Amino acid sequence: MPIVKTAQAVRTLASGAAVELLATDPGSTKDVAAWCRVTGHELLEQSVEGTVFRFVIRRK
Amino acid sequence: MTVATRPTFDPLAEAIGALEGLSDLADLPELPLAGPERASAVDDAKKLKDILIIDYSGDLEKVWAALILASTSGAMGVRTRVFVTFWGLQVFVKDSVRITGQNWMQKMLSAMQRPGVSHRKLSKMNFLGMGPWMMGRLAKQYGVASPRELLEAAQALGVEFIPCQMTMDMFGLKASDMIEGMGEPAGAATVIGLMTENSIPLFI
Repeated sequence: MPIVKTAQAVRTLASGAAVELLATDPGSTKDVAAWCRVTGHELLEQSVEGTVFRFVIRRK
Repeated sequence: MTVATRPTFDPLAEAIGALEGLSDLADLPELPLAGPERASAVDDAKKLKDILIIDYSGDLEKVWAALILASTSGAMGVRTRVFVTFWGLQVFVKDSVRITGQNWMQKMLSAMQRPGVSHRKLSKMNFLGMGPWMMGRLAKQYGVASPRELLEAAQALGVEFIPCQMTMDMFGLKASDMIEGMGEPAGAATVIGLMTENSIPLFI
């Protein structure tokens, strides 16, 4: 549940702070983008390293 | 020749004015971390609709889907309510409670179908529990959260679970049979009321 975990992690951040998300779910590429669009948090970086999908998200 | 001037209505200017009013929301104090207050503040800022999931089925695969959607919706800052009714209500009985009900028919119903989120059956390929067991193994192998984990995550994200009063009565379920953190029991009028207001309904 990458989105649920991301939401929980972002809640612990101060505004403007960033968190790195490592997911193995290929669907997370689209899901993280949709989550950022709805919640307004910013997707700073996105990359794939082998089977790991990496995202950096900044809390709005 | 003179041109008469009259007050005009400029929808664009009105819209800009309305948006500028909204920009004050950025200065709001830190939002509380969980619960409906947070979700409703997000609503005001972004005009998100609410989500209302009607969890009618108690089948493993449908409960799983309902809980994935509910927890994700909660994670997206959308105010989320799950109205749990009929077979769906049995899911939200504590795992440890075995027999529920006051009379022999209610007791027999719970004996024939064990309540609790961890005791769901598949609607097909159940094979006396082999199907759900294999589903559980596969979920673990592929890192998919179990219904129980999703339920706990959803509750932590402020998703409200509203039990159906009518079903509680019919199955003889008491508030003490239900898991912690359930909302106040309600009925069909509450569901219809939410649908006519700002909720997107989903019947699973």
